[in-house]
Amino acid sequence: MSKYYLNYLDELESEAIFVLREVWAQFQNPVILFSGGKDSIVVTHLARKAFYPSKIPFALMHVDTGHNFPETIKFRDDLIDSLGVRLIVGSVQESIDQGRVAEEKGKNATRNALQITTLLDAIESNKVDCAIGGGRRDEEKARAKERFFSHRDDFGQWDPKNQRPELWNLFNGKQFEGEHFRVFPISNWTEMDVWNYIKRENIQIPSLYFAHEREVVWRSNSWIPNSEFLKLDEGEEVVTKKIRFRTLGDITITGGIESDADTVEKIAQEVSAMRQTERGNRSDDKRSETAMEDRKKQGYF
Amino acid sequence: MLDNNQLLRFTTAGSVDDGKSTLIGRLLFDSKSIFEDQLEAIESTSKKKGHEGVDLALFTDGLRDEREQGITIDVAYRYFTTPKRKFIIADTPGHIQYTRNMVTGASTANAAIILVDARHGVIEQTKRHAFIASLLQIPHVIVCINKMDLVDFSEEAYNKVISQFEEFSSKLLVKDVRFIPISALLGDNVVNRSENMDWYQGAPLLHTLETMHISSDINKVDARFPVQTVLRPQSDEFRDYRGYAGRMASGVLRKGDEVTVMPSGFTSKIKTIDTFSGEVEESFAPMSVSITLEDDIDISRGDMIVRSNNKPEAQQDIEVMLCWLNNSPAKPRAKYTIKHTSNEQKAMIKEVLYKIDINTLNRSAEDVEMSMNDICKVRIRTTKPLMVDPYRENRTTGSIILIDDATNETVAAGMIV
Repeated sequence: MSKYYLNYLDELESEAIFVLREVWAQFQNPVILFSGGKDSIVVTHLARKAFYPSKIPFALMHVDTGHNFPETIKFRDDLIDSLGVRLIVGSVQESIDQGRVAEEKGKNATRNALQITTLLDAIESNKVDCAIGGGRRDEEKARAKERFFSHRDDFGQWDPKNQRPELWNLFNGKQFEGEHFRVFPISNWTEMDVWNYIKRENIQIPSLYFAHEREVVWRSNSWIPNSEFLKLDEGEEVVTKKIRFRTLGDITITGGIESDADTVEKIAQEVSAMRQTERGNRSDDKRSETAMEDRKKQGYF
Repeated sequence: MLDNNQLLRFTTAGSVDDGKSTLIGRLLFDSKSIFEDQLEAIESTSKKKGHEGVDLALFTDGLRDEREQGITIDVAYRYFTTPKRKFIIADTPGHIQYTRNMVTGASTANAAIILVDARHGVIEQTKRHAFIASLLQIPHVIVCINKMDLVDFSEEAYNKVISQFEEFSSKLLVKDVRFIPISALLGDNVVNRSENMDWYQGAPLLHTLETMHISSDINKVDARFPVQTVLRPQSDEFRDYRGYAGRMASGVLRKGDEVTVMPSGFTSKIKTIDTFSGEVEESFAPMSVSITLEDDIDISRGDMIVRSNNKPEAQQDIEVMLCWLNNSPAKPRAKYTIKHTSNEQKAMIKEVLYKIDINTLNRSAEDVEMSMNDICKVRIRTTKPLMVDPYRENRTTGSIILIDDATNETVAAGMIV
């Protein structure tokens, strides 16, 4: 006799597929926000499963800060080719050139906050009514309050105190002209779940997640990769270390950790013993106690 | 990782100072689910606020206003995993004005933890929480009698709460109630067995959550498959493929089953049940699959595939326990959009039969205005029939929400009687 219950990974997968199918049924022009990071890769994989044997019916949208890991861009282009889906790129460099945003100044200047404008412009100009993201509630305290179907007003803003109640699996994606939704199919997954799933499904991920030798600089308690965008401070020194990245973002702010984990098995093992959260190496979150909430309210991912 | 590990969702409810946040902090801390950088962050906040030691409760604050005011505003979701299960906590605020958050958290929960302060016993809020757990048909209720350290770990205090709770809960529909004496602050009976309460023979909270039987929480008898969307790949390989995509709401469907499509009433047989990984012989709740039928029938989103010998009722007039969730009160005889599984229709609240006072559980047929947090029994008329089951038998095909077309907001949640 077979068992009539799912294990937790199957249940999470089934929930995510359900959410992705709701998106397709409820919106006119949804896209997947694709960063090249493991979470958006998992969401893309789930979309493939949700609509099989059809192709993924969404375009992938990438907000390109111009400060990329070259590995990420190659990975993105290969994936687009193999899936046969459309790619939309929103370029922060273009936003700067058009005078929509100005580069931050000072030592810790990044293009992190600049992405918000580029993202919202890309959503508007492509008439996107739903942007599917790989955000997870376990990542950060403001994200713990996020809905699966999260409403954004016509300025792209999130109003955390006035969210629509979300009960059972009845998702309300109704919106007025100019508004849009962010939808998070893997809301209920943890970092560990994502790694266990990548392992189980044998999902390809960029080489940056695996331990490799790299030139890095010690800054804000993590190893920041050397790149053409990095300006060295006094006392800072470029060294070569065996590192890997737990999250992938803008190359100027994504810190690596020292590691020997060069397979998914070893990474999963390492993550399960980890005593720091994965965003612990993201200097964008360290600016203040509510840095993520403040950015999300403005329209951040 | 054990392949059979299940997922258990639970909700926590308590009054303002019942120690709910401390309990969650304790569960996460003792199960080693709090990371060092999170711990350092709350250590430094504890110091700034002048607290002695680490205030585990701070871990559950999320939004800026919550941190500033020291209250919880919205449902927050927390995660932890033990070698036995993965857990999702819907942490809901306990203040009176936030009934809607409690209802939200309760809607998907397998279990509810209700916190009672051992010094004060069962109070109005306890009753409110238990009533909502019963209204939302949470299958398991665990009453944690907290702050046992402040009543000298006395068995008498524990027994007193039990008899108080049982006295009033006899009117409720809660199937499985357990009582655990704990001290969230000191950790007694949360993860580790208390050394201060030899008289308690039961299991600590975490062990209870890890071992309680939840496979029967979903209805496995009545096969219900609401169609979300139709898959029609335009590829050579799948030229004639027509798959009905959806997630099993309840029950089991097998290849070859005689099925009826509601509301049209057409019948056919299941040809295949497909997933990305290949065909499967059977699908059960809550699996997401794609179903193909032997006959070419017109089926679209909002239709429901069911077994021909076990059908839900197609109804246009439904009686519903409605919880109002919006700041603007219900408008008499106004039209709303009603969502039920993947089906969406227009609906009108024809009549409010009575309002429930959730403190006394008394019904009033006189005061029938529905404002935020009110719970009323109503009669709703829909433009087209919905394929419904009673909520107590089926939480998925027995639930609805109402959307106000003027604001697009979700204004009410309902349980079909």
